[in-house]
Amino acid sequence: MSAAIVIIGAGQAGVQTAEALRTGGFAGSITLLGNEAYGPYHRPPLSKAWLAGEMDSAQLVMRAPEMLARKAIELRTNVTVSAIDRTAKLVTLSDGSSLPYTGLVLATGSTPRRLPLPGGDAQGVFALRSRDDASAIAERMAVCIEKQLPVIVIGGGFIGLEVAATARKKGLSTTVLEAAPRLLGRVLAPVLSDWYANLHRSHGAALVLDARIAAIETDAQNTVTGVRMADGQVYPAGLVVVGIGVAANDQLAQAAGLECDRGIVVDACGHTSDPAIVAAGDCTARRLPDGSLLRLESVQNATEQGKSAAAALLGLEKPFTATPWFWSDQYDKKLQMAGLSMGADQWAVRGDMAAGSFSVYHFKGERLLAVDSVNASKDHLLARKLLDAGVSPTVAQAGDLGVELAGLLVK
Amino acid sequence: MANITYIEASGQSTTVSLNDGWSLMQGATANGIDGILGECGGSCACATCHCYVDEARLGDLPAASEGELDMLENVAAERRPNSRLACQIKASAALEGLIIHLPATQE
Repeated sequence: MSAAIVIIGAGQAGVQTAEALRTGGFAGSITLLGNEAYGPYHRPPLSKAWLAGEMDSAQLVMRAPEMLARKAIELRTNVTVSAIDRTAKLVTLSDGSSLPYTGLVLATGSTPRRLPLPGGDAQGVFALRSRDDASAIAERMAVCIEKQLPVIVIGGGFIGLEVAATARKKGLSTTVLEAAPRLLGRVLAPVLSDWYANLHRSHGAALVLDARIAAIETDAQNTVTGVRMADGQVYPAGLVVVGIGVAANDQLAQAAGLECDRGIVVDACGHTSDPAIVAAGDCTARRLPDGSLLRLESVQNATEQGKSAAAALLGLEKPFTATPWFWSDQYDKKLQMAGLSMGADQWAVRGDMAAGSFSVYHFKGERLLAVDSVNASKDHLLARKLLDAGVSPTVAQAGDLGVELAGLLVK
Repeated sequence: MANITYIEASGQSTTVSLNDGWSLMQGATANGIDGILGECGGSCACATCHCYVDEARLGDLPAASEGELDMLENVAAERRPNSRLACQIKASAALEGLIIHLPATQE
């Protein structure tokens, strides 16, 4: 058969892979399968501007259908894949039909973890991943505004805090319940966790750290009425948004016998354990040179892995080695993070935390690992260059505004 | 409402009518115009909606924020005095007839 690439998943990674295949000169057929009713759309605004009501749904469109059509990328929505037959090189769709492939891309994304507690599936309890999730939350927020019901956010990670900031923007009484002793504890330095806690409190959100939740309380119609803590205290709620992490959608890959370990295992070029199958985005776990696995959930990871995966299908090696970066918008603060801070043992703050424009530099010994910038895009961009180049300021230099860090690059 | 003309690096020209409040990035992605990627969805976080604004009309646009100017330092194509990020320019009557040119690459 002539070359046919099937891409399972029409999110950021799937779209990027499709376009990179065309850019790379692939002339065969490309079929992009999406399990939602919509064509490709932007997810990042869902917890931010879109939920705040500052964008209409048409503004979420990531690629217009005609843009895909012009590139001869066939988009099929509302379709799920039930199985992959690696021997026959066929995917079976939920309607029983099947599609042959010469190359297959798994860009299946991730699913929010559910609250493993009584009442976790009550009406008014939501996770936020898809446009439909966001619509449901927006509708419920409108009810909360009308009836003056409070919003509870479970999980002080990015999604939870972005939703909390948006709820406060709408004037809703908002409480964040976080199981850990600090916000964003897995990703931010303690000094920045504290700064974000103050930011949220200064905007009127309540924060409960070390929160021990016992159950979601509901009325007779199974609609949420509150969150009961282990000590018996109940926080009333008309809406609960749960942001406690995601799990990679690797079930299809597992069933097909591909190597998976809390994600579809890929190398830096996007190869899975089957040479005809590549994977990209949230569904993957990337094997690092030291043998460990790295899971990243970000737009940048999805786009860069998509480019690598496309190259791999074209027989090229395009390893994804760029410095990871992330961002989050909360209130009027843009957090931009470059690098991975795990293992840091020293920190330097550059700029003015009180004025709300600064960066936190993470070091292991004297080696720069990562930089978190708040309303300091210039620091962020320079940090990406420093990390890409493997150039490290000293801890003292990083914290000294008198030292021009860009100067380190030209040496 | 404003009619905005996008001219791609290939010379392809498309005029789109945008409602007030829509960013020029959203106008491009929603209307099938190549040359603007907008990876971050319009958060001024990725610099893949770089465009060159008609120089004569620069004064009609609100000034770029410090954050936008910082992001422009990292665009893939050549940065010019009339470089802007399309996600940071919102349509309004003041922009009627604006022409923007798109660079050959965003990444």
